[in-house]
Amino acid sequence: MSAVPAAARPARSPVLENLAAFAASKLSLTCAVLVLGCVVLAIAAPLVAPHDPNEADLFRRLQPPAWMEGGEIAYLLGCDALGRDIASRIIYGARISIFIGAAVILVATTIGVLAGLAAGYLRGWVDVAISRLVDILLGFPYLIFAIALIAMTGPGLQNIILALAYKEWVIPCRVVRGETLAARELEYVEAARALGGSSRYIMWREILPNILSPVIVVSTVRMAHVIILEASLSFLGLGVQPPTASWGSMVADGRAFMLDAWWVSTFPGLAILVLVLSINVVSQGLRDAFDPRMRR
Amino acid sequence: MSAPPILSVRGLRTTFATRHGMVTAVDGVDLEVLPGECLGVVGESGCGKSVTFASVMGLVKPPGRIAGGSIRFLDQELTTLDEARFRALRGRDMAMTMQDALTALNPAYTVADQIMEVVLEHDASLDGSARQRRAQARARALEMMDLVGIPSAAKRLDDYPHQFSGGMRQRIMIAIALACRPRLLIADEPTTALDVTIQAQVLDLISTLRTELGMSVVLITHDLAVVAEHCDRVVVMYAGQVVETAPTRALIDAPEHPYTRGLLASIPRLSALDAPLDPIDGRVPDLVDLPPGCRFRERCTVAEARCTSEVPMVPLAGERAVRCVLAEGGR
Amino acid sequence: MSTSAITAAPALVEMRGLTRHYDSRRGLWGRLTGNPGVLVQAVNGVDLDIRRGETVGLIGESGCGKSTLGRVAIRLHEPTAGSVRFDGTDLATLSPLELKRLRRRLQIIFQDPYASLNPRKSVLELLATPLRLHALASGPELADRVGAMLQAVGLGPEHLRRYPHQFSGGQRQRIGIARALMLEPDFVVCDEPVSALDVSVQAQIIGLLGRLKRELGLTYLFISHDIAVIGHVSDRIAVMYLGEIVEEGPRDAVLGDPRHPYTQSLLASVPRIEGTPGGARRQRLQGDLPSPVAPPPGCKFHPRCPVAVARCAREAPATTAVRPGHRVRCHLVT
Repeated sequence: MSAVPAAARPARSPVLENLAAFAASKLSLTCAVLVLGCVVLAIAAPLVAPHDPNEADLFRRLQPPAWMEGGEIAYLLGCDALGRDIASRIIYGARISIFIGAAVILVATTIGVLAGLAAGYLRGWVDVAISRLVDILLGFPYLIFAIALIAMTGPGLQNIILALAYKEWVIPCRVVRGETLAARELEYVEAARALGGSSRYIMWREILPNILSPVIVVSTVRMAHVIILEASLSFLGLGVQPPTASWGSMVADGRAFMLDAWWVSTFPGLAILVLVLSINVVSQGLRDAFDPRMRR
Repeated sequence: MSAPPILSVRGLRTTFATRHGMVTAVDGVDLEVLPGECLGVVGESGCGKSVTFASVMGLVKPPGRIAGGSIRFLDQELTTLDEARFRALRGRDMAMTMQDALTALNPAYTVADQIMEVVLEHDASLDGSARQRRAQARARALEMMDLVGIPSAAKRLDDYPHQFSGGMRQRIMIAIALACRPRLLIADEPTTALDVTIQAQVLDLISTLRTELGMSVVLITHDLAVVAEHCDRVVVMYAGQVVETAPTRALIDAPEHPYTRGLLASIPRLSALDAPLDPIDGRVPDLVDLPPGCRFRERCTVAEARCTSEVPMVPLAGERAVRCVLAEGGR
Repeated sequence: MSTSAITAAPALVEMRGLTRHYDSRRGLWGRLTGNPGVLVQAVNGVDLDIRRGETVGLIGESGCGKSTLGRVAIRLHEPTAGSVRFDGTDLATLSPLELKRLRRRLQIIFQDPYASLNPRKSVLELLATPLRLHALASGPELADRVGAMLQAVGLGPEHLRRYPHQFSGGQRQRIGIARALMLEPDFVVCDEPVSALDVSVQAQIIGLLGRLKRELGLTYLFISHDIAVIGHVSDRIAVMYLGEIVEEGPRDAVLGDPRHPYTQSLLASVPRIEGTPGGARRQRLQGDLPSPVAPPPGCKFHPRCPVAVARCAREAPATTAVRPGHRVRCHLVT
């Protein structure tokens, strides 16, 4: 074989190529930094929050943000109806949003990947059973389903995660099943069977690594979605219970004062918007990076 | 040469900007198509044969562009032609068929619609009201479907592409290409996707129509046997350049370029089943950074020191030319 | 394992009445929803013997069932009916564990050098997988065997850490061949191994497959749609049309004296480099390959056959031996 320039290019694994492609987009990178920033804020909340989020100070009831008349620099985003520091509550609220979002997606993706792989690769009655269950679950409106579950089990962190994950797993499941159906017909899967690979080996080692990209993309999009759902539940009073700060309940708290004290609802609302938007941009960037057709 | 060529390509350079650098897919290609002849363009994947004719058809899209040279077709310079005038030319005076007829045909329209569209767009001989013009175009569509040998054509006019077999789809694409009686038909790998019995039918059809309609045909293919049976002259391309051009018989009987010789020795022949195949070692060089001099040098069994300097096309007797320093004329 | 009669050299692979149908019919529910599905008769009652050390070429047009036959022959797909005996063992009687053990001796090389290699695995991982799956080697021994095989197919140690997308089609096909041979098989199904390659590379791979066969004592079922390629690699040739073998025999008999009208027209259709432009037009086959969903009654070739008689549309022909080892399925051959 002659020396060929193509072969002289560094041998990089497909994962590294994808990451490099992702980092090439400035917008994606900025949003990824924003999301990471939210995560760091959430983890380090006790260190960064200027005040105790639950410390009420009735003298500061509905105190406006720092740059408005009557505001104080120490209470940057103002205070709510009980005189609690909004900035601190947003920082602590990030913990709830991100933790619930991540936990739900982790549980749902694990279940969905397992179920989707089994349905797509094993076919037969396994596929029929899983696909029917997915169809049935898809028939219920998401939020009403979650509300009903929480009404039965009562609010609480664990129950909220379960109520959302109960249905969320069907999304990765459907993606994984479709990708697996396509992958199982590919020749490299046949080659693995011809070499004597077991079904478990083929599902885990041959198919899964090749369908991870769409799973990761879908998981990030759905994470944004779950964060909104959690906020909706909190808004309706079915989320984490007071006094724990959560963005959804903070928006709800401010409803009554929208005209006189807009900041109470607006800042947590903005936090939801920024986080969800950033996650969506990141997922779009990941999709482009994973799809070689989108690359120039 | 007797009649002036209807297509004349001189020094064509077509480049593509890629992540790994500038790729010159076509680098200084000269070729001519004479009236009424069938020219075979042969080469392996990536040799630039399809890009050359995509350039001729004005179908090179960014990041690709024509970086130099001239393309003259019926006394018009195509490299500087604006898109509107080009569009009028394409489909009327020259037409192209693609390798994959399933993706080249629009799945949402019936075959009649697709043939009629070309006719309505280009044919100045239609007259009367819009309805009369459509009726004439439809009659032409039927005539074309008959011409390319689609059984019970009248019944199948309103079928969609997916309702036809691969061979029939290739015929429909030929019908669309020929609907306006072009002077030049460029057939890009017309039979590669087809089975051998269907392949023979389609190639016979192209040859017959060429004589009947008096057009020129360029047959782009990787199969020298197809060229041997259907073409008058051959152009052999390698790594973006023409390396040899000759009348078909002469090229096959006495190839001059070592690459052409290697290609011929690689082909399994039914007439010599026990003759061992003699492959060309190595692989096609990467177009991103080509070595100077002869591009076949590193795989060539007879390469010499002087092959490292630039090699021009050397004209030989018998209307042939070859890009090799070892050829007769170069000695 | 008591063989009844010992005839000539025993075949390494014996296929008897091998049949594979793909049934997507949906029963009552399907009929109610207007999607009844179809029954595709991909392979229909194939008898074929492959002797140790020989190459049997299997030729046919797309959709004739040749790839399916190759896969059923090594039980990569389950047959609908019929049997495959490999070295005296009926593959259908094996337990999953026994089948896995036998897999080492039955391998396949695929057509598409892009789809047949897992894009997420490096060459080292691709070639180590077969040995790991069967716990045949580990550590330095594994690295040695991978390195030796890589060299045998014409690649070097510098390629070990690369990924499939960094190779050309021909090099990928070499990797696919190396992977199939890692387990030191006896019988290899080559499913169109050179069809996706350029002519010069195709000749390299044909040469490589021939060399490996001699060095490792392999037996091939070589599937291709290209008669010239089949002619070059095969000792015997089987011609397939719509799921059935219509002619089978020694290479020189089948190509030199083809008796089935389909084989004859196939040979007439091949473009030949010796041909002359505008030269004598040979007899060309008309019409398209019928769909295996609704094969014609009688002889499946009769709608396209230039010499068909009334009987051909009614009765399916039986197999006739025209000379020892040369069998033809046609009413007109006696």
